[in-house]
Amino acid sequence: MAVFAELQDAAGAEFVAELVGTFLEEAPVMLAEMRTAQAAASADGFRRAAHSLKSNSNTFGATRLGEMARDIELGGLVADVAPVDALEAEYQRAAAALRELIRG
Amino acid sequence: MAERGARLLVADDNKVNRLLLTRSLELQGHVVASAENGVVALQMLRAEAFDLMLLDMEMPELDGFGVLEQMALDGKLRDLPVIVTSSLEGVAHVVRCLELGADDFLRKPVNPVLLKARINSSLEKKRLRDQQKALVARFATSEVAEDLQQSGFALGGRRLQCTVMFSDIRGFTSLCEKQPPEETIELLNTYYTLMFDAISGHGGVVNQMIGDGLMAIFGAPLPLSEPELAAVRAALDMQEMIEMFNHERVAMEKEPIRIGIGIASGEVVAGYTGTQQRATYTCIGDTVNLAARLEAHTKLAQRGILLDGETQAALGDRVPVEAMGEVQFKGKGARVPVFAVRAQAQR
Repeated sequence: MAVFAELQDAAGAEFVAELVGTFLEEAPVMLAEMRTAQAAASADGFRRAAHSLKSNSNTFGATRLGEMARDIELGGLVADVAPVDALEAEYQRAAAALRELIRG
Repeated sequence: MAERGARLLVADDNKVNRLLLTRSLELQGHVVASAENGVVALQMLRAEAFDLMLLDMEMPELDGFGVLEQMALDGKLRDLPVIVTSSLEGVAHVVRCLELGADDFLRKPVNPVLLKARINSSLEKKRLRDQQKALVARFATSEVAEDLQQSGFALGGRRLQCTVMFSDIRGFTSLCEKQPPEETIELLNTYYTLMFDAISGHGGVVNQMIGDGLMAIFGAPLPLSEPELAAVRAALDMQEMIEMFNHERVAMEKEPIRIGIGIASGEVVAGYTGTQQRATYTCIGDTVNLAARLEAHTKLAQRGILLDGETQAALGDRVPVEAMGEVQFKGKGARVPVFAVRAQAQR
């Protein structure tokens, strides 16, 4: 996790722990927004939520999550919920890893 | 110097990004305020004085493009430096931001070292711009205005010292044959936007464009304190931008492009040539020919940026170079020393 260590170096471990906390609060909201946007067939909302999740995943070095979010962002609105389900599962895995990292 | 403790505004709808950028900037000694969308950002810019804004593109209410458009229409906000920070994909977005007046573009996640360098350079540019504006305003009311009133616009040249740059795209003709003309025009537009930005960012003036080639002058008509260094820094920025652009092209399964740049310094004759109705600022002389020869020689030398001895001497050890020996150029009496800017110098 070179990205995460660099982030801690640049911004301070304590601050990064708070930032992870913010991410763990915000990410479920983004995932929920994606589902709402999907149900309402709102391509813009769908794309923007995926974009936000991608951006934050890359900040913390959650590369796989970032890539999956990117694929969804660039792929545009789909009716199939499977990609969002897979994204959510990967988020759960990444969230656990991040919690582990800030515990040190 | 405004580099320490500048007042900055961060506009980003994403809370994690907003907190992280604010933190990075505060650690650099700046005072930071933040806005969560474009509408709030514009309100804050109009209510308080800021030195610079970091702007996200994807935002609800009003996005970054909208903010840039509004700023361009507002005389008070037009000159505020803006650095775009975004994870939007594609060079097209970068070009659009620059065309709308943004100073610079940083991809997220933002590297704190790069962020610091870009902010300092933007603040410094703003300081110089303010200074220049004050200067021109002073001149326009006295000497220039007087001169224009007395003698009018005059054709003809004068001798001066400056740095000349030539640049073109390698293998452009064969590239044109492989793609439809619309695609070539689009490529040229993007290419010129990027190159103009790099050149004018360092105080240079593009005075000729022919197909895929361009000629730029540093140190004339407006004087620069170090035209040689400015030209080489612009060349490094140009190569960096082309690399970024190629990243994009390769992802779209298009052929990457390469550019060659030749730079020479010395005396030229500069001035307005043409007719009273249509004139262009240009410069001629040995220095101009040498810069053109050096640009052509980049292909043979297999180097991206070649310099003459005079430019290299002015750089000192601030830019690492590689001596390429002496070369006999057509139309030149003696062999001339040639130097290549080392790849490591490219950020």
